[in-house]
Amino acid sequence: MLVRLKISRYDPEHDEGPYYRSYELEAEPSDRLLDCLNRIRWEQDPTLAFRMSCGHGVCGSDGMRIDGICGLPCQKLVSAFDHEILIEPLPVFRVIKDLVVDLEPFFDKYRSVKPFLITQSSPPEKERIQSQEEQREFEDAIRCILCACCTASCPVNQREETADYAGPAALVRAFRYLFDSRDEGAVERLALLDRKEGAWGCQTLWKCTEVCPKEIPVTKEIGRIKRRLYETRKSGK
Amino acid sequence: MTFRHDIVVIGAGLAGLRAAVEAAAGADVAVVSKVMPTRSHSGAAQGGITAALGNEEEDHWEWHLFDTVKGSDYLGDQDAIEVMVRDAPRAIYELEHMGVPFSRTREGRIAQRNFGGHTRDFGKAPVKRACHAADHTGRVVLDTLYDECIRRNVRFYAEHSLLSLVFEKGRCAGVVTYDLATGAILLLRAKAVLLATGGCGKVYRTTSNGFATTGEVFDLAYQLAIPLQDMEFIQFHPTGLYPMGLLISEAARGEGGILRNSLDERFMERYAPTIKDLAARDVTSRAILTEIREGRGIGGKGYVHLDLTHLGEERIKEKLWEIASFAKIYLGIDPAVSPIPVAPTSHYVMGGIPTDSDGRVLADGKEAAVPGLYAAGECACVSVHGANRLGCNSLLDLLVFGRRSGEAMGEEVSRTEWIDLSFNPEQRAKEALGTFIGREGNESADIVRRSMQSLMMDYASVFRTQGGLEKGLEGIKELKGRFARTPVANKGRTFNYELMEAVELQHQLDLCEVILASAFHRRESRGAHFREDFPGRDDNSFLAHTLAFKGPDGPEMSYKPVRITRFQPQARVY
Repeated sequence: MLVRLKISRYDPEHDEGPYYRSYELEAEPSDRLLDCLNRIRWEQDPTLAFRMSCGHGVCGSDGMRIDGICGLPCQKLVSAFDHEILIEPLPVFRVIKDLVVDLEPFFDKYRSVKPFLITQSSPPEKERIQSQEEQREFEDAIRCILCACCTASCPVNQREETADYAGPAALVRAFRYLFDSRDEGAVERLALLDRKEGAWGCQTLWKCTEVCPKEIPVTKEIGRIKRRLYETRKSGK
Repeated sequence: MTFRHDIVVIGAGLAGLRAAVEAAAGADVAVVSKVMPTRSHSGAAQGGITAALGNEEEDHWEWHLFDTVKGSDYLGDQDAIEVMVRDAPRAIYELEHMGVPFSRTREGRIAQRNFGGHTRDFGKAPVKRACHAADHTGRVVLDTLYDECIRRNVRFYAEHSLLSLVFEKGRCAGVVTYDLATGAILLLRAKAVLLATGGCGKVYRTTSNGFATTGEVFDLAYQLAIPLQDMEFIQFHPTGLYPMGLLISEAARGEGGILRNSLDERFMERYAPTIKDLAARDVTSRAILTEIREGRGIGGKGYVHLDLTHLGEERIKEKLWEIASFAKIYLGIDPAVSPIPVAPTSHYVMGGIPTDSDGRVLADGKEAAVPGLYAAGECACVSVHGANRLGCNSLLDLLVFGRRSGEAMGEEVSRTEWIDLSFNPEQRAKEALGTFIGREGNESADIVRRSMQSLMMDYASVFRTQGGLEKGLEGIKELKGRFARTPVANKGRTFNYELMEAVELQHQLDLCEVILASAFHRRESRGAHFREDFPGRDDNSFLAHTLAFKGPDGPEMSYKPVRITRFQPQARVY
């Protein structure tokens, strides 16, 4: 089938700003959109820049905006499109070249939520015991691949005046540790989250949940953080 | 630009990060990666990590040792395997203590599942040995180790490609990298360097490996006169999603999945009467391809079915969520309702850069360690996997030998002084890159790469023959000639992937030659290396590791003995 793509291009060495360029190629209906991007780069225009690695939705490299919605081109088959496909970089982040954006601020926010297990007690000789029910509390959250589609889609992150909001991806990781029965860092975690740049930044707009390529109930998890904050405050008084 | 770190780790997968976590306790550690943090291909590992914890049923490290030796078709070094399997429970508990979210048993212990070739009582029946987090074990361990690196302030050079290893007076004294974002060339001085770059699946057309798994580090070592060990042993995973080749974990069969041919037969009963669908990967891949060759592929085509329909929706959702999502996204199939089309896919290289059990690279392939240079994980060959790796033994390998390398490097750098360089390595790297940019001709890197990948599938995949390997070697020579006439059109400095892919392809062509030549000279069948013209194992001539050295006219072979401590070679039947 004929696949037509309109791709946002920007080369900081030559261009004043981004512009669109159209491409066409013959592809199998079962080809991934990512395969088409690769073929454009290999066969038509070697200057096209985008990130990718695993090619099947596990590494999280290739987040971009496809027909206006953030997603992974490695998870989209071309058979799903019967029109010119609009390909743009993730919003929220600074464009470095074409579809490559600066994810340092994203990882900075990720690192800011203390994304590691905090414990005071020394571990047992073998594993810590954790029931299946306790593990189930956060099993959706550990599917996160840090593709940044959620944070890029969040209207709060998109508005300049609230751009300091940690964003859904960082909060999912915070949730993952806060609700892990083995973690003993709740006090410092809650202090980090109990701010307008933390969990209270979320305005429950569901965009993150809509776009998550791993079907994580992101908004609900942020909601559970808020409830935990609320209950902690209440019991504190 | 020059930066100094006591230790530079190349590769941010599990081996590299585990080493970094270990070494960061007492040294300044930097990690260089071609991709952003957490994008490395260890993250695509699904099924689990083996350790004889005995959480589900009786298990012993001696059984794990035997299974790994047998799985390796007796080519694995038994002393090294013993180091690995005895350390396995500690390695798992340590991950659990770091926070890895393992699936749990009803008692709240780490859950374990069946995996191919892992048995109780020296081969009598399958045993549950694979510790897992549903079917995304690699990803959650990668995330946890990255998080540990954050806690320990490890410095990351993300999206940097390795251009060269820097040597001074016989010591590895650093690396030269290329910063993809800016086109800058950096000299990273170090007292010790760890190569932990993973495999080379992308030299094949059909592979489970990611786009970054190109394998240039093998050739970088080879060009420095370091031999490559056992490179003929390339694992084809039995169940790649057809036709893409992406991984459908053995966990699917570990949870009870069954392979079926066009007659709906459970054909593995004929190839492995005792453990059937849980046979080792080399055996299962050959069985699938034999069924297809004999006309029992589904609809006469090049695949068979992996049937999970009897497991039920609930179990699939809980234990095999990722796999089910792949089948749905790429084929529109719900595995609770319909079987999944699968065929073997290039997955793992058992061979690599020879090391001792502390990751020290061996210059002669035998005992002479290269000062300051280490390797761990898939790019290294200890050798714990011999001629065929068992599923879930690779993450274990990464963790055990990653940690040991980190420890050994920490010790080495504490007693090593900085040395001055007598030359400018950045200038040399710049000149080498300049030759790519300045090339003229009308060949295309894309066509050369695709031809190489097809050639490797045709002549160096599951079934091999002398005639085919000869054709492969001739074909690679021709492709090298064509590649020399391939210009790099993109002259930009920002995210110039074309330039880096040209560098990679140059290394890959040499690497393919080593794989083909090693396979050509091994005139027997062992593990993943099956020669149709020599279908039997020949312990008299070939119970030995291949060492391929760079010679003036191509690879030159020599061999070294296998270290056998407990289990003498016997017939390998599952």
